[in-house]
Amino acid sequence: MTRPPTQIVPLQEAIAKIVRDGDTVALEGFTHLIPTVAGQEIIRQGRRDLTLVRMTPDIVYDQMIGMGCARRLVFSWGGNPGVGSLHRFRDAIEHGWPGPLELEEHSHAGMANRYAAGASGLPFAVLRGYVGSDLVTHTPSIKEVTCPFTGEVLSAVSALELDVAVIHAQQADTAGNVQLWGIVGVQKEAVLCGRRALVTVEEVVETLEPRPGAIVLPHWAIDYVSVVPNGAHPSYTHDYTQRDNDFYVAWDAISRDRNTFTRWMEDHVLSG
Amino acid sequence: MSSRADQQGAGAATWTAAEMMTIAAARALPDGATCLVGIGLPSTAANLARRVHAGGLVLVYESGTIGSKPEYLPLSIGDGILAETADTVVGIVEIFNYWLQPGRIDVGFLGAAQIDRFANINTTVIGPSYASPTVRLPGAGGAPEIAASCREVIIVTRQTRERFVERLDFVTSFGHGAGGDERRRLGLRGGGPAAVITDLGVLEPDPVTRELVLTHVHPGVTPADAQAATGWELRLAPTVETTPPPTEEELRVLRELEAARPAAAR
Repeated sequence: MTRPPTQIVPLQEAIAKIVRDGDTVALEGFTHLIPTVAGQEIIRQGRRDLTLVRMTPDIVYDQMIGMGCARRLVFSWGGNPGVGSLHRFRDAIEHGWPGPLELEEHSHAGMANRYAAGASGLPFAVLRGYVGSDLVTHTPSIKEVTCPFTGEVLSAVSALELDVAVIHAQQADTAGNVQLWGIVGVQKEAVLCGRRALVTVEEVVETLEPRPGAIVLPHWAIDYVSVVPNGAHPSYTHDYTQRDNDFYVAWDAISRDRNTFTRWMEDHVLSG
Repeated sequence: MSSRADQQGAGAATWTAAEMMTIAAARALPDGATCLVGIGLPSTAANLARRVHAGGLVLVYESGTIGSKPEYLPLSIGDGILAETADTVVGIVEIFNYWLQPGRIDVGFLGAAQIDRFANINTTVIGPSYASPTVRLPGAGGAPEIAASCREVIIVTRQTRERFVERLDFVTSFGHGAGGDERRRLGLRGGGPAAVITDLGVLEPDPVTRELVLTHVHPGVTPADAQAATGWELRLAPTVETTPPPTEEELRVLRELEAARPAAAR
């Protein structure tokens, strides 16, 4: 399964080549390194019927849901961290606006293991999880499995199958090798789960300098790299940008009302 | 019923019900314990404990930061300050599979949108239908496995009839189920909820039935106040103790933490 060499291209071109209507797409990032600008490019290109996957859908998924990109959401926690509700996510589920949103709902441990299974090329993962939770009755991708060695009954979760994984990172080198550090979340697993993968980066450097605790993804695991400075805003990129906490708070008022939201998106994203 | 906005105490030493709740939660954390901390009140309480009586408390955030020592309260569980001050930062698969699942965490600290008499928790939906809820809540996050695998769980939430309900609309995270030894029968290894700390007092599970029993009320609160804020017939301990009032140090450190919080996090 040789991939063609990694291409370093503008974001618009990368999204046009990698994301198609109906795809299953994960833009991962656990409060840090959220690929917000890439998600906004998907909105601008008018993609529809996407299955969006993410452990912690936050502002960019609220925007994609509110702009009608998503048919289905696979997730484990949907909120505005430290602030409260995601109003577009809630409006879609509670009132079907702008369209109905199917849910496939897990816990964090379950989602993390689904990514790990997908990255490992396995059909499912095993965990001690979900015991006594009503999630089991609503989510068909959670089942029981009996350990063949001990007979213990455990939970199994099916592997995630992604058409596209998108993440944001600090750096790529000129060959397309990528390095990210700080809170690294589940991004490595997400990239290795994706049939196609795009990484937006703060900058391209000649040579990656090793950093403690960093993850390096080799270029042959990645299809496209795009340079997008501050591409995680209002999230942040450790050692490059600060988390814009004020914007997370401001989003509550922007997103609460459908018209205010739509106008804001027209002014700040669609015209971008 | 006394209003929960009431200032309690007298003279210089006055405090709010919310401050009392945070301080009572901080006191429940023993020095040297490993504690998995959620954002909001649990994070405030854990950081207060580390500054007052539990300098060796190990704060673990589900974003993968282990041993975080933030100088100020973060807005999210993924703020950079948590990674910069951590002993180590690990990925999400690792934090759940290697650190939480095998029982390495002593105390899990959870909130609740709804809670029942056996300390089962709902953070998923309000309303009778999962598919078309009255209120869609954020969902499970890490809570089901935190509730399952930590040695014990402490739940911190305001006490109202809307939250303390006879029957949950959805069981997100399993507490003591229908009571008795149900956790053991289901094979859960962690001890489950050991205390529910509210703005009115402290509830602890009966050692046999596991039903929550009111063991403490905060100063100025009566057991009748707690009953009025509970949607089932609340069991009272033979002697309901009064929580010791906040010390000057606890109040000072808590207020310093709140004041130093970035503006957006207030």
